[in-house]
Amino acid sequence: MEHLISPAHSMILGFIPGWLISFLYVIVGVGLFAYIIAKRLAPLVKAAPDNSRFSTIPARLLNVLIVWLGQIKQPRYMFAGVLHIMIFFGFMTLALRTCSLVVIGMFPDFALPGFGADQPIGAVYTVVKDYAATIVFLACFVAAIRRGVFRPARYAVPEKYGHDHTSEAVFVCCIIMGLMLTESLFEAVLVAAGHDAFLAPLTLAWGLSKLFASAPHGLLQFLHVVAYYAHDTLFFFFLCFLPLGKHFHVITSLFNVLFMRVQRGNIKPVVYGITAEGLDDLTSFGVKKIEDFTWKHMLDFYTCADCGRCSDQCPANLVGRPLSPRFITIKARDLMFKNYPLKGDMLKSQPLVGSIYTADEIWSCTTCGACEQECPLGIEYIDKIVDLRRGLVDEGEVPQSLQKPMKALGKRGNPWGKVEKKRADWAKDKEFAAECSVKIMENGDSADSLYFVDSITSYDDRMINIAKCTSKILDAAHEDFFILGKQEKDSGNEVVRFGEEMLFQQLKDQNITAINESGAKKIIASDPHAYNALKNDYPELELPVEHISEVIVRKIKDGTIKLKSVQDSTKIYTYHDPCYLGRHNGIYDDPRDAMAAIPGLQMVEMKKNRDRSLCCSGGGLMLFYEPHEEERMAVLRVQMAHEAGANVIVCACPFCMVNMEDAIKVAGLDDQLEAIELTELIEQHMER
Amino acid sequence: MEILVCVKRVPDSAENEIEMNAEGNDIERDDLVFSVNEWDNYAVEEAIQIVDKVGGSVTVVTVGDDESDEVLRREMAMGAAKGILLNDDAFEGSDAKGVATILKGCVAKGNYDLVLTGAQADEGGAAVGGMLAAMLDYPYASLVNKVELGEGKLTVSREIEGGNQEMNSIDLPCVLSIQTGINEPRYVGIRGIRQVSGVEIPELSAADLGVDAATVGEAGVKAKKVDYFVPESGDGAEMLEGSDSEIIAKLIEILKANGGLQ
Amino acid sequence: MAQVFAYLVHNDGVLDDSAMELVVAAKAVGDDVTAIVTGSGIDAVADAAAQIFPKVIKVDDAALAYPNAEVVRKALVTIIPKGSVVLFANNTFAMDCAPGLSIKMDAAYVSDIIGLEADGTTLKTIRQEFGGEVNTHVDVDAADGAVVTLRPGTFAPDESKAAGGSVEAAAAGDMSAKRTFIEIVEPEAGDVDITKADLLVSIGRGIEEEDNIEIAHELAKAMGAGAEVSCSRPIVDAKWLEPSRQVGTSGCTVKPKVYMACGISGSFQHMGGIKGGFVIAINKNENAPIFQVANVGIVADILEFIPELTEALGDL
Repeated sequence: MEHLISPAHSMILGFIPGWLISFLYVIVGVGLFAYIIAKRLAPLVKAAPDNSRFSTIPARLLNVLIVWLGQIKQPRYMFAGVLHIMIFFGFMTLALRTCSLVVIGMFPDFALPGFGADQPIGAVYTVVKDYAATIVFLACFVAAIRRGVFRPARYAVPEKYGHDHTSEAVFVCCIIMGLMLTESLFEAVLVAAGHDAFLAPLTLAWGLSKLFASAPHGLLQFLHVVAYYAHDTLFFFFLCFLPLGKHFHVITSLFNVLFMRVQRGNIKPVVYGITAEGLDDLTSFGVKKIEDFTWKHMLDFYTCADCGRCSDQCPANLVGRPLSPRFITIKARDLMFKNYPLKGDMLKSQPLVGSIYTADEIWSCTTCGACEQECPLGIEYIDKIVDLRRGLVDEGEVPQSLQKPMKALGKRGNPWGKVEKKRADWAKDKEFAAECSVKIMENGDSADSLYFVDSITSYDDRMINIAKCTSKILDAAHEDFFILGKQEKDSGNEVVRFGEEMLFQQLKDQNITAINESGAKKIIASDPHAYNALKNDYPELELPVEHISEVIVRKIKDGTIKLKSVQDSTKIYTYHDPCYLGRHNGIYDDPRDAMAAIPGLQMVEMKKNRDRSLCCSGGGLMLFYEPHEEERMAVLRVQMAHEAGANVIVCACPFCMVNMEDAIKVAGLDDQLEAIELTELIEQHMER
Repeated sequence: MEILVCVKRVPDSAENEIEMNAEGNDIERDDLVFSVNEWDNYAVEEAIQIVDKVGGSVTVVTVGDDESDEVLRREMAMGAAKGILLNDDAFEGSDAKGVATILKGCVAKGNYDLVLTGAQADEGGAAVGGMLAAMLDYPYASLVNKVELGEGKLTVSREIEGGNQEMNSIDLPCVLSIQTGINEPRYVGIRGIRQVSGVEIPELSAADLGVDAATVGEAGVKAKKVDYFVPESGDGAEMLEGSDSEIIAKLIEILKANGGLQ
Repeated sequence: MAQVFAYLVHNDGVLDDSAMELVVAAKAVGDDVTAIVTGSGIDAVADAAAQIFPKVIKVDDAALAYPNAEVVRKALVTIIPKGSVVLFANNTFAMDCAPGLSIKMDAAYVSDIIGLEADGTTLKTIRQEFGGEVNTHVDVDAADGAVVTLRPGTFAPDESKAAGGSVEAAAAGDMSAKRTFIEIVEPEAGDVDITKADLLVSIGRGIEEEDNIEIAHELAKAMGAGAEVSCSRPIVDAKWLEPSRQVGTSGCTVKPKVYMACGISGSFQHMGGIKGGFVIAINKNENAPIFQVANVGIVADILEFIPELTEALGDL
């Protein structure tokens, strides 16, 4: 049988050489793509700088390897994740083939070096890419059915956030299927026409070749050329379509993951590289308009694939607060597209809060980090929310409910405005002092270990028991420790997260001065918020910081602390991971190990645990904020504990305790569930 | 519109635990923290909002010592253009009338269309605004919770009993005492205060104001605070016992005695 | 002591109950006691005042139809001789009128007193400061007269209404004013500000069910205009009441005269929102922490006790 004429040697419409058409495709396609990308990069050039993204390169390369190439986050949503992995690796495989095809349109015998059909790699690759195309085709087919017909809830777009995104998603699935189909058809008709080539069995190309096995030569020749240009058209269309929507991530994801956050737990500075003195000279604080974001945060906006995982995990979204992290991104991306159009003049930007965001939306975030933990693309939310809050604080737009505690923090160093000299009153309680004597800095005492108590554990009538239990545990562990007493100020973990940077700086400076003066060699915290702030937000403080759960486990292991059998062996315990211990600092095992060390203690896990733990609605200033919500996070959480079969929920955070104890009453679970703090549980079970 | 807002530095009620001193004749003043009187803060916010609408400027004034500088700067950080400190040894110990007399001197030195005060301050006298207006022969409205601007006059709403609002028309210039809740005062952080830290605040004495020293300060006080004391109440609650009707009878007496029934 | 005058307020043609208390206070200051009523068409009010006071001066003028403080002040300055003591019940009218009156009369001024005795020309008074956390003794030199406003509830009212006093009409004089009354705007339903209430009936988990909230509303209604229903956080969380009614560190900070905590255990977070006032706690748990901080405690089931109290108040 006569061989087919390659597209390059065909005469299109009878008189235009195919190679010329192919060449024009490349020129126009690549040119248009370059133009669009240049336009897309324009706002990034005007954005706030962030040089931190160019350091710690090994860690960044590791992220690329694990998060981007390794697709590590994808299987957290199994079905969608596996589909994505199939498409991702299919794309990676087919990228080579697509590049070759573009050249083949001009030089029909072209093959990448080593990839000739008669070379071993080439032969293997031919088989692999045929299967890849088939898998991608099928995966996209399933994905399109899933998105278009079954419509999982997490992709829904609430009315207030604009139009539905289903059609774009299904459209893209169809384009990809078209790409796979045309590429396979291009190959298949060659074989059908008697071309000597191997088609792997059960692939799309193989099936098509069988379908057209008895087709007339003229039809095969026609299909060969049409398939080629259909593929070329789809390819360049797709390339230029990518930067217009959520599929921009196909291009940006590699860079976004490379530049994603490496350090955890801390908050970005107001301006990268600024000194404390420099802060005073800034004319404006935080993010007020789109150009105030850093280039990385803008890249985040471009990179969002609209998968909805962040919002699906977001506790604020769950309880009906006016915040959905997904739309923080999508709304900003759409604004960037609108203000920096592909053609025409750039638009002058408006304040973000009041146009695309509402103040309630920005204050609704508990900074729990569930969204960032989930995002497969390394998109950040907390820093953006904090930057937006900084902007609001700078304009004086702070909810009334937060103004009083902020003022009290400035005047008294704690959000309730309690007097400083009573900060160590819990330690002076007679009954407790008889049992455990705590060294206090104001009495001229010092020691190697500083127990940083923080505000709620110092002042709240209920939570001071955590301070007492922590002290007894440290005592039993033979830790020589002291507290700062009236010289301790609030750690400011929430102050910085609520955007009151200068107040945070003041609290931090006061604490660092006191700590340095005290001569402490290390710090122990029982409150995860204090632990996080001291460890991650006090870069000037060079002392090691430990959470009490780490101390407990260490001391159990070395035999200093011995635990007796569980007091009530019929009780079933579950552990609630506090955000600032778990997600932000990776301490998931120590509290569990400490509990497991109590002989006979029965433990179950809740549906959401470890890095998917559900925030209790937050601590610090969050206690004072009055959100608009339909349910309370902690109520959902205690119900989850109840469903898991637990009758004791163990928290390792005073704020979680406040919220859980309240929620147990609200949920009407008083008779079936109790909350206890980890230090209380351990103290109860210590052998003395 | 040129607006003068009279503010006061007071012990912050939210951030102090009021205790008696060792002698038992005054409150313990060592550990008190001070801030601007809450009502005054609403007054300044209202003034700023008015000026934002119709132009003009806001001046804040206080009768106080050097430490009162901080509350003036705080209010300037909110948006007041100018601060004036009325400071003289002769002013010390002034009562409401004395303060009103001093403020009158300050009003006379400016050209204000509107004078605002907070409805009350730490001592709960709620008197300075009304006295100042009477001294100036300006019309006055107390407990104002809404201000609408008109030509040469204002429409103001007074918060009266039962949640009712009493609407009045009042000619300018006038004095208004502002009730909390009229607006949502903006937040002032440390940053805002630092930005106005270098602004010069003029200080005026009795002589500058043309105030007769004998009419102000302790000399002018007719209502003298003798001492402080803690109203008697034992440890824990006094438990009412007896039959339900006896308890209810006692309770109604208690409600009446404490102003809970009118 | 000089002459004593009491300015009486009235609403819709009905004399305010504070008159019965003002007469007691006035007599505590001096023997020559006169009430003043102003308004338009107020014969009935003046007669009612004469049952309480030995002497009543009425100023009946169309310009006084609404008690515009500026106009009333002019009338009072005309009528009251210099050197007199003038008493007001401390209310929003007194806050509007009394301070300026003291200036025009060149008299001493003391407001919102909760105790009053006369000692020669000195009035020995008691006032509250810091939201009622401490009291002060204030000695007022009334030699040149004094204007005093009295917190309702300071004196037990004289309810005998047997004064049989005389009514004398006085001319109003110049009634021009730079401030004019327009109208009264009543609050919209659901527009509640518990921070301004004099008395709070505050409910907690002891109310048990949403349907029971009505008994708290009925009690507040029986207690009068200054009473409102407030609550602790669980009630708001259960959406039984709107968040604007929540008392506590995460809710409103309130300073009522009386706070009735009904079925509230008294958590730190809740008590942090109460910045003054007399606290009455009703709880069926005798060990509830609220009893440690309340002034008066009653061990009772609020679901039974509140309706009984409401009924008793209705009988008053």
